[in-house]
Amino acid sequence: MGFKNAFTMKKILIIDYKLGNHQSIANALDFLGYKFLISNVISDILKADAYILPGVGAFGEAMKNLTRLKIIDVLEQEVLRRNKPILGICLGMQIMTEDSEENGNFKGLGWIKGHVVKMHPKKGNSIPHVGWNNIKVILKNPLFSRVTGDANYYFDHSYHVICDKKNVAGVVLYGYKMTAAIANNNIFGVQFHPEKSQINGLRLYKGFFNYCNIF
Amino acid sequence: MLKQRLGGVVVVKDNLCVQSIGFHKYLPIGKPEIAVEFLNKWGIDEIIYLDISATKKGLKPDFETIKYISRKCFVPLTVGGGINSVSDMQKLVRFGADKVAINSAVLKSPELVNKAAAVLGNQCIVVSIDIKLVKGKYHVISYLGLQIVEKDPVKWAQILAKLGAGEILLNSIDRDGSAKGFDLDLVHKITNCVNIPVVACGGAGNPDDFSKAFTIGKANCAAAANFFHFTEHSVITTKAYLKKKGIDLRIDTQADYQSFEFDDTGSIAKMSDSYLAEQRFKYCPPETI
Repeated sequence: MGFKNAFTMKKILIIDYKLGNHQSIANALDFLGYKFLISNVISDILKADAYILPGVGAFGEAMKNLTRLKIIDVLEQEVLRRNKPILGICLGMQIMTEDSEENGNFKGLGWIKGHVVKMHPKKGNSIPHVGWNNIKVILKNPLFSRVTGDANYYFDHSYHVICDKKNVAGVVLYGYKMTAAIANNNIFGVQFHPEKSQINGLRLYKGFFNYCNIF
Repeated sequence: MLKQRLGGVVVVKDNLCVQSIGFHKYLPIGKPEIAVEFLNKWGIDEIIYLDISATKKGLKPDFETIKYISRKCFVPLTVGGGINSVSDMQKLVRFGADKVAINSAVLKSPELVNKAAAVLGNQCIVVSIDIKLVKGKYHVISYLGLQIVEKDPVKWAQILAKLGAGEILLNSIDRDGSAKGFDLDLVHKITNCVNIPVVACGGAGNPDDFSKAFTIGKANCAAAANFFHFTEHSVITTKAYLKKKGIDLRIDTQADYQSFEFDDTGSIAKMSDSYLAEQRFKYCPPETI
């Protein structure tokens, strides 16, 4: 394990906390030609320049895994104090908020002021919200800098984030408006799965890494 | 708004993508990974990869192949064939599948749906039902021996939905490979009785069949195998036709066929000679990500 040719390239780390579809994200980054590492070792976290926090599963389970791996403190240091960019995907974005009501009440990482709540769609709309839906971009840079118009993305979730309006980078309409993307300084998150959203998803990854100065 | 979906089915028998006719005749098409790559490029909304020989031979899913094909697939990937435990499903998800399709394992022990949904979430579990019309009545069929299972399709679908299935993949054996259109009566029967998404499959022969599956059958996703494999840009032209018919779909491909005319069945109408002559020297910029 560990990064090869350590001093030449900027490094992308996919945080492996035993929940999530690392394979799909790895496929997308491979296709775009980025070098990356999937790891949860502290020394790798310290060396990385940008992070991807994946996640498919339950909130409580995710926080339990992160706690067990003892990587919360080091991530907090790198992201909050050393301002390294991070992109949370689906559950990865949700755990960056303060807390969630999924199967009880769980404390999150608290990097973004906000909460995770169960969706309450109008009649006829089933839970979970699964499928392709078009989002409304509010903050174009950097995530949607390469995307034109209100692009379609693949969603798959039953809970969603409510947070301060100034941190919302995109919304999706499913009976009512839900947060689809968040941005706060170097912290980004998307509720949909860009690795499963074809060209517009790949464009989002490229927009994020361009922002990180990784080419 | 949530979009309607087109699904591309890749039927795999002995590691080869095949055209299936009535669940008993098979014609070779080619390598599965090429089929997946093309469907992905043509803007399909999801890919359903079914290995029909695994369970028959008592084999596990081919995990390495799934890992390999998932590299070409940037849309949701449903994998079926050879799955008979929750650990198989977890391993498939780890190897790049987004959903798993189960069929004979559920006919044997329906509670598997419940167990799997608790671990992987409902959205991950697709239950496939094969149906045949015998003496004017629909019957659930076990595809292994093409035997009738004593289950009423409507009741069976309702049981599956209650157990926690996230989606139902509805196959009509009579229409499989026939290109006669979806069995709309059957599709409507099932979509009417459950409120989880239903993927209609079997019989698509022209773009208008998909339109009927959405409007008359009320399917959430219309899927086809043979129809998509044999024509260049089949998915994009189908989507362009459906869009003209007022069906809300995702069109993200660079070529979108929006300016084309279609005939009644959804085939592209012939363009004027002057238009075609003009096209010969037209520059198409490459797509940038």
